[in-house]
Amino acid sequence: MKRRLINPKNVPLLATIGLFILMFGIGSATFPGFFSLQNFYYLLIDNAYLIIMAIGMTFVIISGGIDLSVGSLLALTTMMTSSMLEKGHFSPLVVIPLVLLMGLAFGTFQGYLIQTFNMAPFIVTLGGLYLARGLCYVVSIDTIAINHPFFKAVSQLQINVIGNNFISANVVIAMAIIIVGMYLAHYTNFGRTVYAIGGNEQSAVLMGLPVARTKIQIYALSSLFTTISGIAFTFYMRSGYALHGQGMEMDAIASVVIGGTLLTGGVGNVFGTVFGVLIFGTIQSYINFDGNLNAWWTRIVIGMLVFLFCLLQRVFEASRKKTKKGSQDSHPPRPVVAH
Amino acid sequence: MPERSPILEMKGINKYFPGVQALSNVDFSLYKGEVHAIMGQNGAGKSTLIKILTGVHKQDSGDILLGGRSIRPKSPLDAQRSGISTVYQEVNLCLNLTVAENIFIGRQPRKFGKIDWQRINRQAEELLFRKMNLKIDVTRELASYSVAIQQMVAIVRVLEMSAKILILDEPTSSLDENEVELLFKVIRKLRDDGLAIIFITHFLEQTYQIADRITILKNGELVGVHRTADLPRIELIAKMLGKELSEFSFSRNKECKEDAERTSKTADELLNIKALGRHGSIQPFDLKVKKGEVLGLAGLLGSGRTEMARLIFGIDKADQGEIQIMGHKVNINAPNNAIAFEIGFCPEDRKEEGIVADLSVRENIILALQGRNGVFKHIPVKKQNEIVESLINSLGIKTPSAEQEVRKLSGGNQQKVMLARWLAIQPQILILDEPTRGIDVGAKEEIMELVLNLSKEGMAVIFISSEFEEVVRCSNRIAILRDKAKIGELSGAEIDEQSIMRTIAGGKVG
Repeated sequence: MKRRLINPKNVPLLATIGLFILMFGIGSATFPGFFSLQNFYYLLIDNAYLIIMAIGMTFVIISGGIDLSVGSLLALTTMMTSSMLEKGHFSPLVVIPLVLLMGLAFGTFQGYLIQTFNMAPFIVTLGGLYLARGLCYVVSIDTIAINHPFFKAVSQLQINVIGNNFISANVVIAMAIIIVGMYLAHYTNFGRTVYAIGGNEQSAVLMGLPVARTKIQIYALSSLFTTISGIAFTFYMRSGYALHGQGMEMDAIASVVIGGTLLTGGVGNVFGTVFGVLIFGTIQSYINFDGNLNAWWTRIVIGMLVFLFCLLQRVFEASRKKTKKGSQDSHPPRPVVAH
Repeated sequence: MPERSPILEMKGINKYFPGVQALSNVDFSLYKGEVHAIMGQNGAGKSTLIKILTGVHKQDSGDILLGGRSIRPKSPLDAQRSGISTVYQEVNLCLNLTVAENIFIGRQPRKFGKIDWQRINRQAEELLFRKMNLKIDVTRELASYSVAIQQMVAIVRVLEMSAKILILDEPTSSLDENEVELLFKVIRKLRDDGLAIIFITHFLEQTYQIADRITILKNGELVGVHRTADLPRIELIAKMLGKELSEFSFSRNKECKEDAERTSKTADELLNIKALGRHGSIQPFDLKVKKGEVLGLAGLLGSGRTEMARLIFGIDKADQGEIQIMGHKVNINAPNNAIAFEIGFCPEDRKEEGIVADLSVRENIILALQGRNGVFKHIPVKKQNEIVESLINSLGIKTPSAEQEVRKLSGGNQQKVMLARWLAIQPQILILDEPTRGIDVGAKEEIMELVLNLSKEGMAVIFISSEFEEVVRCSNRIAILRDKAKIGELSGAEIDEQSIMRTIAGGKVG
């Protein structure tokens, strides 16, 4: 009963972290100034909203589902926030809870449809995607700039961490969400049920787990995290616009997959997703540093990485099956006679 | 045992499904500290009885008493809560979670509100050792262990949920001999600890190894409850088939006997199978099929008849042995290969694997021929009609027209459409898996008549049926199967129902 040095479960996560270090290393070797704590912080600052969104998505994908509505819902969040602040002149103390509540209701509704009517998450959240995007234009077809002093203050906030390097408020929010996400995933009934559903939904039901409730909660959580992400996005952009976050659902899904979560469900973790987003950010940062490369190269590299990771997961699964057979032959589990 | 009152009583259970009385007035009782096997052929009502007990179905009438109290399980979960737990062949756990988590998920011990992983792992280790004598790394994923271990984990989980009754549904189907022995050790220990265990299996030998009592069902009716020790194997088989031993005939069809003599002398060997087998499906077997003969496969449900047919037709891939056709070694890795060697196969489950219910009679019949020719060689409609018309006539398929949707035909006629599909490609060898199941008596006769005629025209037919009577009537030679292995062969004058039964009961030929 020796504990293994590296749990095979953690290999995909280690691969993701390894890839991030490699990419950051390549950037550092190519460009002077790339390798600095502040540049690492910029990665976090520029991608905090995506981290928050992708963590919600991680739960959805671990459960075997998908949530396509997140990009549009982010846009709707920015629209509602900016419109209520600037046109309605409400206090942020009213606006932020209201928007979060709206997200919670939106996700609960999607989850309810998926669970109660046994509908495919793909279709339901595709509906959500159109609905939320359409609602943005009902609010306004123009960009709404946010000049509210609170939002101004938060967006300009610089918190020094180690020397003169700073992070933004969004990074603090993202850190909090990472901790909450990891706690939910590993230390709560909800989180473990999410894994069980992703492993085998029918078994989960027969094991007496609250599958129906949990499935609704998963989509509620995803939408809630997306609205938090949307608020972080308004801190970042200081505007509401109906075209914000277009295709961002795909960025989130790609980050989750690169982070080692299986699209088939059951396997994955929050920490991996964070590195998935950071890899995403590193590529963008690399392209910015270069200056001559088209921004669309980000997409091309991400596309190839997604292919690569899906392939790696397959190879990894196959080799694990093989070692399973092998290990049984060489070390059969020994039944020991009790006295 | 008899002096104690049973922990579980099912009294006068009735269940009707559209078209069939699945259970009529069935009684069942189970005591603490016994292993009770439920045996029966297809449609006997075993699974319906279990499904009522576990809350999947609701009985139309009858009572379930658990420890003297009346219960009405509404769902498997509900049954589990009242202490009736099932461990299936396909383990109902989550393979992506660790062993320890599978035991405790839903009831995890906590510390300061969060899940206490250390305690989960420690307790899981302890439990597996105490209840199962098993020492394994509980922090590994369940998927990294064999099915046998997975089942034991499943059992430990339900024991932890204070199970009073444990139902083991075909637990040994995918286990090898050592694993079965390991599982049986565990079952005996649990029994001795006072657990009541219901054991469902198709393996005759295992029933005798582990069961204290046997309840036999046939066509939804209770045939009898016996102590295993007092019930000779051959009587068990007879009761499962629904007759007394003495009622089985020694006689057989004269005509077939002559046929058998004719073919055994003259015919060429069409198919020669050597030590073909597949792990977990069927043990290696030899089989020869000659031109113009009907080879019957006889055995109880789950004895490996269908598995044998699937292997020959390439639906399942053999992991050892070889197939020779007319003396040449061939590779059959997929049904397409088999069809290319002029083998046809009518599967057992007509509705799921056979007919395409929404297509017309013509389209269903032409399917295999078109499949062999490939998508690009369209068969002209005129040609199709010729083929279809002649087959409808020669098989006597009763249909208003060739364009009728197949699902509107009777079972017997659907079966004939399946037959016609394969006859259209004029196979040399035709495998029929339970062609007479679920069709009326007249249609059964017609099908058997057809089989005999086909063989007279020189086709080799492999005929599978649960009804020994039918196998005896049709076959020139019979291969007998038990517990996923071929155990003997009868030919010519040796063939009668009694001999088949004695072979299955005794494991020796004759």
